[in-house]
Amino acid sequence: MNNARSAVPGLAIAIAVLIAGLLLALTVGRYPVGLGDLISVLYAKVVGHRADVPPAVESVILQVRGPRVIAAMLVGAALAVAGTAFQGLFRNPLVSPDILGASSGAALGAVVGIYLSLGVFAIQTVAFVGGLIAVGIVYVIGASVRSRDPILVLVLTGVVVGSLFGAGVGLVKYLADPYNQLPAMTFWLLGSLSATGVNDLFPLFGPVAVGAAVLVALRWRMNVMSLPEEEARALGVATGPLRIAIVAAATLVTSASVATAGIIGWVGLVVPHLARSLVGPDFARLLPAAAILGGGYLLLIDTLARTMAQVEIPLGILTAVIGTPFFIWLLASVQKNWS
Amino acid sequence: MRHDGWCGLIDRRTLIAGLSATVLAPRHARAATVTDAAGRAVPVPANVTRVFPAGPPAAILLYTLAPDLLIGWPRANRPEECAYMLPEICTRPEVGRITGRGNTANLETVLAFRPDLILDIGSTSGTFVSLADRVQEQTHIPYALLDGRFDAIAKAYRSLGELIGRAEDAEKLARYTEDTLKTILGRIDSIATDARPRVYYARGPKGLATGLGGSINVETIELISRNVAGDTPGGLANVSIEQILVWNPDVIVTIDQEFAATVRNDPSWASVKAVRDNRVHLSPKMPFGWVDFPPSVNRLMGLWWLAKLLYPERFSEDLRGLTQDFYFRFYHVTPTAAQIDHVLAGRD
Repeated sequence: MNNARSAVPGLAIAIAVLIAGLLLALTVGRYPVGLGDLISVLYAKVVGHRADVPPAVESVILQVRGPRVIAAMLVGAALAVAGTAFQGLFRNPLVSPDILGASSGAALGAVVGIYLSLGVFAIQTVAFVGGLIAVGIVYVIGASVRSRDPILVLVLTGVVVGSLFGAGVGLVKYLADPYNQLPAMTFWLLGSLSATGVNDLFPLFGPVAVGAAVLVALRWRMNVMSLPEEEARALGVATGPLRIAIVAAATLVTSASVATAGIIGWVGLVVPHLARSLVGPDFARLLPAAAILGGGYLLLIDTLARTMAQVEIPLGILTAVIGTPFFIWLLASVQKNWS
Repeated sequence: MRHDGWCGLIDRRTLIAGLSATVLAPRHARAATVTDAAGRAVPVPANVTRVFPAGPPAAILLYTLAPDLLIGWPRANRPEECAYMLPEICTRPEVGRITGRGNTANLETVLAFRPDLILDIGSTSGTFVSLADRVQEQTHIPYALLDGRFDAIAKAYRSLGELIGRAEDAEKLARYTEDTLKTILGRIDSIATDARPRVYYARGPKGLATGLGGSINVETIELISRNVAGDTPGGLANVSIEQILVWNPDVIVTIDQEFAATVRNDPSWASVKAVRDNRVHLSPKMPFGWVDFPPSVNRLMGLWWLAKLLYPERFSEDLRGLTQDFYFRFYHVTPTAAQIDHVLAGRD
């Protein structure tokens, strides 16, 4: 039995991956920063005086690479946690955080923002709100359809509304100025953390912390939600309100991530499975493990994205290139592992 | 090559076109075909009164030479842009485009406008050649595909002049184009490539999108300076601030007002040389962009602007006078002093 297995080795592996990723991410990059410079800048920051390094080095560590590393971990953790919650809620291993339309909604919000030539912060806000609206629409429609299988209705509504928002994205791209706006939209939709600065961290951290806190607080009940609807009700869990809470929390973290980093697929799909194979299906262990693994995974991917070439490799492309083989392997072995 | 000795003094094309503009014009304009930039023989229409532009660069090229023939614009112009164009032409309807990333004009619409000629300028790669052939075959309307690169603009004017029977006007604009390029390049000719300023071209509100080596977006910049992103060939791409810190450009040229306004106070850009030296320049963009898009003759003015920015000691001309002259010749308007200030400030 998975449940009986100790989670300690699994969590230890996850933490080791994260720390290795953190060290690597902070010391490599297009701008050369030595380990000594890194330590002296961080030490100087902690004790509160100026480090004895060139200002450009300090700026790279504190203004450019540091915020980006933190954002990569937050976004990776957020998507992995949301994916874990949705896979449990929908009792389906092939579900990702955008199943209810959060990504499509955020994408539409962002391209509309770019189309209207809004500023960066406004674009991120519109994207965030777009994600919330899309999931809100899905939930209202899903809940108003009478069905013996509310989960299935919700997923189907999510797919349909998601594709409607996708069509909206296509329409805005079609209408956009091909020289200026269209490339900006394309870059945004491919996902990137290249523009992350210190100011981006709080709008990201706030919603992610709130959503993650709700999910952690609900961890025991989420185990029950993984059972069939009737069994969960028989155990005295109010499935309706609980489902709303989980969906709302997961949507909050997903929308905040997508608003900051653009569309990054696969992390929310792949990482929960990695986490499950490390610590088993109990949400009390699974959520922190997924968060740590997701943070470390996206940190590694983003480090590749910013170091491989002079130009940025879009995150959506790298995660897909690495995620697809895993997904195929998952499809092949899903029968025996998921029950 | 056979005629090297003969055309060393004056380009043969210039000579022929010059003659055609004066003595031979009436007969020349009625030639059966004109060879376009893709080597296609385009039948010359008997009497051209309406021309359909395939995309924004073609609309601008045609507007500068023969505004009355322009059926409409690929995208409707904004009212503030029309302040710098002939109002009755600027407000002509939106007709979509039939090339580039997606067709927004369907061929029936094109036919409904009853054009005598379809004009396209830009890439002459296989995709666009086959598109031109197909449209011409389907509509039986001559489709001319001209080359949009800087050094081909003069030739594009001459071909278009012949096609629409305005060789004389075309020759004037072609000469201005050639003279401008020759003057600007001639004055900086003695500066070795290594000694030219290193320029980063910033796009997008965060300034992190740029044009790679050989990209049409940085053609102006690469013509007279060094593009820091030029080592990697390609089109538009995103880069990180770290990479820009490594490049440490002398000058930043941007088209984004938001970026230009915020970069000076952005701590992550603070140690970039161009920002420290206060050398972040917002490119004028009214009514059409000066350095980047649309990739048409509008960028010729940007070349003056850029040359003065980068080599002030070699370009003593008054930019305001040059602007007025260019807008008069190409856009058929005489902007007021206040309008020129507005344009030069990079506002829209």
